[in-house]
Amino acid sequence: MALPIPVEKSAESERWTLPEARSMEVVNAIVAAPLLERSSWSWRAWWIGFCVSLAATMAFLVTVFLVFYRGIGIWGVNSTVVWGFAIADYVWWIGIGNAGTLISSMLLLMRQRWRASTNRFAEAMTLFAATIAGIFPIIHLGRPLYFYWLTPYPNTMHVWPQWRSALIWDFWAILSYILFSILFWYVGLIPDFATMRDRAQKRGQAAFYGALALGWCGSSRQWQVYEKLHLALACLGVPLVVSLHSVVGMDFAASLMPGWQESIFPPYFVVGAMYSGFAMVACLAALVRWGFRMHGLITTAHFDVMAKIMLAASIIMGLSYATEWFNAWYGGERADRSLVMFEFAGHYAPLFWALLLCNVVIPQAFWWAGVRRSVAAVFVIAVIINIGMWLERILIIWNTLSHDYLPSAWRIFLPTIWDWMVTFGSLGLFALMFLVFVRVIPVVSMHEVRKLIAEGQSP
Amino acid sequence: MTQLLLGEFTDQRRFVEAVRRARDAPCRVVEAYTPYPLEELSVAHSHRASRIRPVMFAGGVLTAALAYGLEYYSAVINYPYNSGGRPLDAWPTFMLVPFATGILVAAVCGFATFLFEAGMPYLSNPLFASGGFGGASQDRFMLAIECPQDNDDRSAAAEMLAGFGAISVREVQS
Repeated sequence: MALPIPVEKSAESERWTLPEARSMEVVNAIVAAPLLERSSWSWRAWWIGFCVSLAATMAFLVTVFLVFYRGIGIWGVNSTVVWGFAIADYVWWIGIGNAGTLISSMLLLMRQRWRASTNRFAEAMTLFAATIAGIFPIIHLGRPLYFYWLTPYPNTMHVWPQWRSALIWDFWAILSYILFSILFWYVGLIPDFATMRDRAQKRGQAAFYGALALGWCGSSRQWQVYEKLHLALACLGVPLVVSLHSVVGMDFAASLMPGWQESIFPPYFVVGAMYSGFAMVACLAALVRWGFRMHGLITTAHFDVMAKIMLAASIIMGLSYATEWFNAWYGGERADRSLVMFEFAGHYAPLFWALLLCNVVIPQAFWWAGVRRSVAAVFVIAVIINIGMWLERILIIWNTLSHDYLPSAWRIFLPTIWDWMVTFGSLGLFALMFLVFVRVIPVVSMHEVRKLIAEGQSP
Repeated sequence: MTQLLLGEFTDQRRFVEAVRRARDAPCRVVEAYTPYPLEELSVAHSHRASRIRPVMFAGGVLTAALAYGLEYYSAVINYPYNSGGRPLDAWPTFMLVPFATGILVAAVCGFATFLFEAGMPYLSNPLFASGGFGGASQDRFMLAIECPQDNDDRSAAAEMLAGFGAISVREVQS
């Protein structure tokens, strides 16, 4: 009975790595060389990306400064559509920010070996996206300087936070999630920092990675407690992630507005987050694979399996949209039915149809294995999905607020240049943080890939 | 300072077998160092059970209780406020904060326990100074046994490690 297990392990290892990357030393070299032997690598594409993202980040900072200086009136928000790009961007980024930890911890618990090549940058993506998401509610506050009132502290005003408010839930959920994600990410990095320390040729590099490795020496005791902690964190990570995006769904569902007061929102938001997050991971995987020549570690099999998950998520999203429409019709509430009509034929209808095309129709191409195994096709469709998910976030806000119970208050949102600046600027900030990450930190989890390879080689 | 004999292996199977045989031999196995976790080693090495999970549980539950206590104190005792006729102790809406903070503090407690049990952080270790030990974080397996004081015994122990398949045996301090 002992024979079948190694055979399966071997097949598992061969499925997720190419023959040229099936040795531990090769894996270490592929991942560590760009960071430790920089002069032997061309960083031209990196510098171009860095300069572009730095410019976009400056645009973001200028916009934030202007918002602080002149108020949120510089955006397209008005007395009816009081939420605009900032809140849509927040929901979109926190969705992407959810996925890294969700993917990483869920796949760890389900013993999905293919996570080894992707979890590191997926978790980095989470961290940066969640950080950016955390900025938006603050800059959207009319008086951002008072944002610390969200925290409970003894004060001379003798007031406390309103614990029943979704805004307070957001604050605690995001804060806990970001700090938790940093910890989860760092724990996974410690053995790799030790590898970098031991491979470093220069004293400065060895000191830098050595300090981050905290003295890791790979003893059996250290591995034993490491595995205990990592698995326990994964067990905690999944409910935390689910609760975080459920809370974001509650920001809407706790209201009485037509189209928002739906109990489907929390799970629907969680699946949407996983969907856009996987799309972003697929994009980043394609870029990392190309940029660091990691074809042996990030294979077409990875894109195949990620495409399957995106396909499943697109079907669930389609079903969720249909459930919303059905509930509006079946509930019989005039405002709800009117809202659905407005979605399909109102002012924002072209965007709504584009949303359905991007999120539900185009991803059906993943039914074909040829599409799933083409990195270029997966990349393009993943970008389309991210655009579709952004449209979904913005339309959840625009449609309901533009078309609520009171026809005399119906107004349209028209974005200004500052709305676009803050949106594209946040993309630049994300790219900037990711580029700095790939230049400093091993982009693939070396010790997990080593284990994957060793399992494949064991008899 | 303990004198150690460090045997270096390139093959995982031989290494696991060496650890097993060294435990049966008349020498004290001090530690085994590997580039990735080996389940066989935790079986072969009788480490004390980790307290990470109980500590995480206790830290998480205590923090959640404290967070709920704070909510209760502020919303019911110190600043009672009628919000749409909802009860002052609106426990379903109070659940999120204890949940999120409980998980966060559980993770922090787990990390602190991990550092304590793994003997970290330390920035200097005599092992790192021994040439070749860096392989343990890359693709080599190291077995450390206590170095006998007597010269003859030391040679015998080194030969034993070489016999197990070690490609090199070094004397190091720990």
